[in-house]
Amino acid sequence: MCLAVPARIVSIEGTEAETEIGGVRRRISLALTPEAKVGDYVLVHTGYAIGIVDENEAEETLRLLQEIVSLAP
Amino acid sequence: MIGQYRGSADSERVTRSRVVKFIDEYRNSDLAKKLARTIASRSSRPVRIMEFCGGHTHAILRYGLRQLLPTTVETKSGPGCPVCVTATPDLDKAIAIAHLPNVITTTFGDMMRVPGSYSSLQQAKAEGGDVRTVYSVADAVDIARANRQKLVVFLGIGFETTAPTIAAAILKARQEKIANFSVLCLNKLTPPVMKALLDSGEVKLDGIICPGHVSVIIGSHPYEFIPRNYGVSCVISGFEPLDILLCIEKLVTQIENGTPTVESAYTRGVKPEGNKRALQLMEEVFEIDDANWRGIGIVPQSGLRIKSNYEEFDADKIFSIKLQPSREPKGCRCGDIIRGAATPLECSLFKTICTPESPVGPCMVSSEGACAAYYLYGTEANSFGLSKTKKLHSETK
Amino acid sequence: MGDTIILAHGSGGRLSRELIEKKFLPIFANPFLGKLDDSAVFHACGRLAFTTDSYVVNPIFFPGGDIGKLAVCGTVNDLAMSGARPLYLSLSVIIEEGLPLKELEQITWSIKKAADEAEVTIITGDTKVVNRGQADKLFITTSGIGIVPPGIDISGSNAKVGDKILLSGTIGDHGIAIMSQREGFQFSMSLLSDCAPLNKLVAEMLEVSPRIHCLRDPTRGGLAATLNELAQQSKVGIVVEEAQIPVKEEVRAACELLGLDPLYIANEGKLVAIVEAADAEKVLQRMRRNIYGKDAAIVGEVTEEHPGKVIMKTTLGPSRIIDLPLGELLPRIC
Repeated sequence: MCLAVPARIVSIEGTEAETEIGGVRRRISLALTPEAKVGDYVLVHTGYAIGIVDENEAEETLRLLQEIVSLAP
Repeated sequence: MIGQYRGSADSERVTRSRVVKFIDEYRNSDLAKKLARTIASRSSRPVRIMEFCGGHTHAILRYGLRQLLPTTVETKSGPGCPVCVTATPDLDKAIAIAHLPNVITTTFGDMMRVPGSYSSLQQAKAEGGDVRTVYSVADAVDIARANRQKLVVFLGIGFETTAPTIAAAILKARQEKIANFSVLCLNKLTPPVMKALLDSGEVKLDGIICPGHVSVIIGSHPYEFIPRNYGVSCVISGFEPLDILLCIEKLVTQIENGTPTVESAYTRGVKPEGNKRALQLMEEVFEIDDANWRGIGIVPQSGLRIKSNYEEFDADKIFSIKLQPSREPKGCRCGDIIRGAATPLECSLFKTICTPESPVGPCMVSSEGACAAYYLYGTEANSFGLSKTKKLHSETK
Repeated sequence: MGDTIILAHGSGGRLSRELIEKKFLPIFANPFLGKLDDSAVFHACGRLAFTTDSYVVNPIFFPGGDIGKLAVCGTVNDLAMSGARPLYLSLSVIIEEGLPLKELEQITWSIKKAADEAEVTIITGDTKVVNRGQADKLFITTSGIGIVPPGIDISGSNAKVGDKILLSGTIGDHGIAIMSQREGFQFSMSLLSDCAPLNKLVAEMLEVSPRIHCLRDPTRGGLAATLNELAQQSKVGIVVEEAQIPVKEEVRAACELLGLDPLYIANEGKLVAIVEAADAEKVLQRMRRNIYGKDAAIVGEVTEEHPGKVIMKTTLGPSRIIDLPLGELLPRIC
């Protein structure tokens, strides 16, 4: 469930981070992802980062999509 | 979602079509159409898939995915709408608290218009209650910090995506000694209600689109009992159109091969073990209890309750409310819709008596609710008089 | 005079007079107001357009404007949507006791600036002050009078099958700018409200073509509400293409964050024009030469199918209905 959007961490101060998505900045909590670093993309749900986007997997998914459609009859 | 902003072909005009990363790549229309055709080529027989999460119902309708998918794939919406499954007596309690003097009631916007037995949070606000919508539970803590002489209650709805944020907020409130903050904990859990639905046998399912962001928290292991005990395929999905189509492709493949298992089509967000820190915080603050689900009834071990060592933050213990007997709206089929046993079109109140302006049940109020999604986005092409071969004038230019 | 508004400022006595003569009149300075009569008397010839609106926006100051600018632009635009040339406005304010005088001054200057840009004159007004708690800082009501040039017949019921639908620019700017200031949302961005007077843009469009059938500004309820109203009033179907609808990146991003859809979000400086197909392109080009139409686009057309309904062809390909918004837009979590 639930709406979470990928935003990039611009800066970190203690357990909070300034994130940016499409020119919009919002301060969020890293309480659930203390290991996140500046430059990471995190999934933001109601002002908290719930997980870090795995960029390799993101690319892998796109590659998989291309592969699936190329095999289609 | 609205297309990217584009300038004209004029050389003077700046063309701004920057990609929003990790969103736009998964909305590629070319890939979406090809993927839909792939699914069609794989799908040899009718299958019934439940999209558990209201966010998925919303996305499927908004992007018109039903029109891309072959008719062999039937999708049914499920109970994954936190607003819709909040039991009426629980909502009545929240509304009663909202009427209390010296209390600031904070809630996610979704809950404001849901009708309780006699009133709603919005009505409580109109009658003088201090009810405020917030984007985050952290904002509720901020309000408590800034209004020490009042009691600030946060209406804690949501599933495992939201529960850890509430746990984090309670821990922060303790750390900063914000004693006037409390949570009315109505959080619910996903796997137990999936089990209850499958046990009831009311709706025969071949596959489940598992909620992507719940899975970011709980991982993929908690779903393993579903293919094992019920032979139902499970694939975790993100919320972009390509994510959902990829998920359905994997589900159809599993179903066609007769190999039900748990897979993820959202690997950029979900780790099999989930978010350990988030799970730790939940474990610290909450314990599991039976919960009352609207339209389903009591589901064992499916809800969260604040542990006794954090009871100073438990609104249930702070406020003793005497409620009038709760009542359900007559003729409302939200319960059936939540369980996937009916679609909004099969409810006689849909669009006649029950509309977003005058909702009878919660499924019409929450934009996550199936009824609201059906109302907003229409359903099959034929229902709004478009034939499948219609070309728009602009397409021929 | 102290530095906050008190009840006496609205009671008609000495302080009231001081407020009007020392604060309002010098800023607005015109012969009508200067007379201090109970009503303004003027000549007007031809078909008149008349409109009124109240403004209760919260917060009263927002990125890109304030309630004063909004009060002028909103009413000027309502006149412009009938093809009228706005002439005169009335200005009524209800002030909550305790409003800092500085804020009132700032808003008054905003009103003046907006009125000057729109070339309208404020010729009559009223000031009331109410007890603390009985008004949310400041409420403004403006009424406007304009003249509709001969030969102009613009109405929501005039759309014809085959007409093109033009949109003057990006949608969702105002609503998101307001929301970013609300307690509990606090996201920062460079986005400004699009609040602007559109009467000159409309005049330029009419110069190029008299075959503009409908004009409407998509305020509350956003583009979705406006298109639905037009479809129902004219009893026609409307088809739009998602890919053609301009949306600023920041509005998209904010909507993603909050779970909102720009289609339903208010605009205060945009218009929808339904234009005869043959003239659509030249009207579009003329719009793009005006600062308030620089991002104009043809977003759809009028059809005889599904009368009263609005269909959008999504960027993904399939079409879906765009219905009226569900009610007051509240961000969702799910």
